[in-house]
Amino acid sequence: MLELDNVVVAYREKPVVCAVSLTVEAGEIGCLLGPSGCGKTTLLRAVAGFEPVRSGAIRLAGAAVSRPGQTVPPERRGVGMVFQDYALFPHLTVEANVRFGLRGRPREEARARAERLLGLVGLAERRDAYPHQLSGGQQQRIALARALAPGPQLLLLDEPFSGLDVELRESLARDVRRILKEEGITALLVTHDQLEAFAVADRIGVMADGCLLQWDSAYNLYHRPTARFVADFVGQGVLLPGTVTGDGRISTEIGTVGGDLPEHCRPGCRVEVLIRPDDLVDAEQGVPAEVTDRAFRGADFLYTLRLPSGAQVLCLTHSHHRYAVGDTVHLRPEVKHAVVFPADVQGETRRKDAEMQRV
Amino acid sequence: MTWVSNRLPPDGWTVGTTLLALILALPVLTVVGYVMQPAGEVWRHLADTVLTDYVANSLLLMLGVAAGTLLLGVSSAWLTSACDFPGRRLFEWALLLPMAMPAYIIAYTYTGLLDFAGPLQTLLRSSFGWGYGDYWFPEIRSLGGAIAMLSLVLYPYVYLLARAAFLEQSVAAQEVSRSLGAGAWRSFFSVALPLARPAVVTGVSLALMESLADFGTVQYFGVDTFTTGIFRTWFGLGDSAAAAQLAALLLGFVFLLVWLERHSRRQARYFRSGSGYRTQARHRLSGWRAAVALAACALPLALGFVVPATQLGAWALRTAGRMVDADFAALVFNTVGLAVAAALLTLLLALVLGYALRLRPTPPVLAAVRTASMGYAVPGIVIAVGVMLPFAWLDNSVDAWAREQFGVSTGLLLSGTLFALLFAYAVRFLAVALQAVEGGLGRIKPSMDDAARSLGLRPGQVLRRVHAPLMRGTLLTALLLVFVDVLKELPATLILRPFNFNTLAVRTYELAGDERLADAAPAALAIVLAGILPVILLSRSISRSRSAADA
Repeated sequence: MLELDNVVVAYREKPVVCAVSLTVEAGEIGCLLGPSGCGKTTLLRAVAGFEPVRSGAIRLAGAAVSRPGQTVPPERRGVGMVFQDYALFPHLTVEANVRFGLRGRPREEARARAERLLGLVGLAERRDAYPHQLSGGQQQRIALARALAPGPQLLLLDEPFSGLDVELRESLARDVRRILKEEGITALLVTHDQLEAFAVADRIGVMADGCLLQWDSAYNLYHRPTARFVADFVGQGVLLPGTVTGDGRISTEIGTVGGDLPEHCRPGCRVEVLIRPDDLVDAEQGVPAEVTDRAFRGADFLYTLRLPSGAQVLCLTHSHHRYAVGDTVHLRPEVKHAVVFPADVQGETRRKDAEMQRV
Repeated sequence: MTWVSNRLPPDGWTVGTTLLALILALPVLTVVGYVMQPAGEVWRHLADTVLTDYVANSLLLMLGVAAGTLLLGVSSAWLTSACDFPGRRLFEWALLLPMAMPAYIIAYTYTGLLDFAGPLQTLLRSSFGWGYGDYWFPEIRSLGGAIAMLSLVLYPYVYLLARAAFLEQSVAAQEVSRSLGAGAWRSFFSVALPLARPAVVTGVSLALMESLADFGTVQYFGVDTFTTGIFRTWFGLGDSAAAAQLAALLLGFVFLLVWLERHSRRQARYFRSGSGYRTQARHRLSGWRAAVALAACALPLALGFVVPATQLGAWALRTAGRMVDADFAALVFNTVGLAVAAALLTLLLALVLGYALRLRPTPPVLAAVRTASMGYAVPGIVIAVGVMLPFAWLDNSVDAWAREQFGVSTGLLLSGTLFALLFAYAVRFLAVALQAVEGGLGRIKPSMDDAARSLGLRPGQVLRRVHAPLMRGTLLTALLLVFVDVLKELPATLILRPFNFNTLAVRTYELAGDERLADAAPAALAIVLAGILPVILLSRSISRSRSAADA
């Protein structure tokens, strides 16, 4: 349905989005995930037709809508958009907002369509209210209903939940997914919050510095990140240095693990292994580590541990494994298939870390 | 699919805006173009005889008005913003009332009041038994008189800006000065006034632009300035080129003032020392100090509005029975119709230009919009000259072409039509409307535009269906401001109006010129009453800022 082919977007001469390619199939919900300033919103605006592309092409249902020098204007794309600030028209009632994009349709049809969408988002009884009389969550649902009303072939959502309370976010994100799936809508969402992305999207792309690093399912982003930044940004975990052993496994401070080795990796070459908190178990025998911090999360504890070398790791355990800060525990890796990166020679991780701090 | 090119810079909005700006800049460009023309015989005659007078009188007028508006404006602004005395809250807004009084109307009124046959001199003679020539009385019909009249109605510019500046000054600057041992007076002269200087200079330069633009007052008082000179050169000597060259010279003075105004506005940003309105207690005045403060504020208000308005009212009561007839109704109808049409046209142009700037905030569009809004500083008579010349040329060219091609005369198509007049108003008052429109658009989030576009609206439809309804209040205000300005505008109307088409301002001018001052009162009073409307708007915004200041 939506196809991006090496899309470059630039402000003045500075590229903001560099050669992004991706495909969202009909009925699928895609998501661009990344820290603020990574170019995801710019890319979304290019898909909507607000920003021209410098090179590459954007295709909707097989037809090109953006190519260098030429852009189909937003009003002719049949693309709906939900804005971060909702952008409801303050001078119009809820119903008039929803009917705004239904201009030119028979009155009765427009009324029925608005009625159906208000029902869909569960706000039929507030049809005569004005936007300022609604709560943030209600405004968000009206913005969704308004964007869906003209029956767009693609729906774009720009940080749709960022203005809401944390408790509300998750339930609303699930509601939005349910509505989009029920209606069979193809959608592209932009967010900096991975839980939101996981809750709504079928396919997620992680962006950094204007580039799309990986376009994949949530499961693969977490368990098979292809870039150091993705491993870092999605989920928790640390990278431990390791050395490739003669039998093709990797020996690290916490033990030996197996995984796909980077290209051109021979025994003895230095690598880094992604260790997620659930990759470590508290064992009778293993590498000793000192508890430096713990967070009780109900069903489990998240411990921060210091290995003898000084490296820090995270470990998730059942909440009956109780230790105090300063206690020593013994760790054993339980990794079926570890994620391995070449050793960080250029200091890429540190640079990304610094960026994350800034964000 | 419809493709819209976005790479080539000259897109529709940019080209359209630039064309519109060029058309609106036509009068000024025409006049400026005459600087290049070789001097004709009339010009040499003017240079030998009256030009020195025009320059000297205009300069003296500016000097006098600068002094007068400074004195009245700064003192009243300081008293109402930093002191407390009986009547202060009334004066805060009432001091703006003289703005409602066009200078030529106050000039006619005071002439009637202070003439030999006027009530004041008659009273003096009957009280003291004096006869003609027995006593000295200041001649109102003089340069000094013109300075006094203009100062009385223009000081509110200085008052408004100085007052805002005083209120914005940080409490600390004042208190530091007082704590260092400076008294209230020294603090005023060494801290408050220097900090408010850019705002005061802005106010004075606006007042001076109005003084240079004034035609009615100086013409009536027989003071030879640029405006009267242009009028006489065109209609008396019949030399349009020399008139345009005079107008170009006048424009030179105006541009100096514009530069001064812009410069001081830029400075004002750096001089802003506080972040909000003062919460500092005002100096509470009592006894004779309060009386002096009261008098200092009451004087400009009384002389600038109460006395002339009362006199106009008295005259109007006497002559209304005779003057307010079917002709008068037609006059009001003409005037209101013209002003409404001009206000709508000006607002429409302002909307197009303001919106173009929102869609394409590029240097060419910005330059075009700024060029188009140049007219606010240009005297009405200069615009009139700048409209007449190209329109007459166009009329003559079309006529000559039609004669040659078809053997028929097209006559005057544009000159002397309402279109020419409306165009002149649009040029003169576009900036007023544009300022309001830009402010209004600035308060609308860009996501509103995007949302409307993604729901299927073209840019023009977004303006009509989203922006216009959201800015309704702002747009109405802009309409009202232009409406009242058109109502008061005299010289451009006088020169450009169609034959036999009269407005209230022109009728007032004609009757006063025939020494029928009392008969002119109903029309003059109507203009003044309409002029009060924008004062009410301004005073409402003042009382809003006051509630913030007193909070």
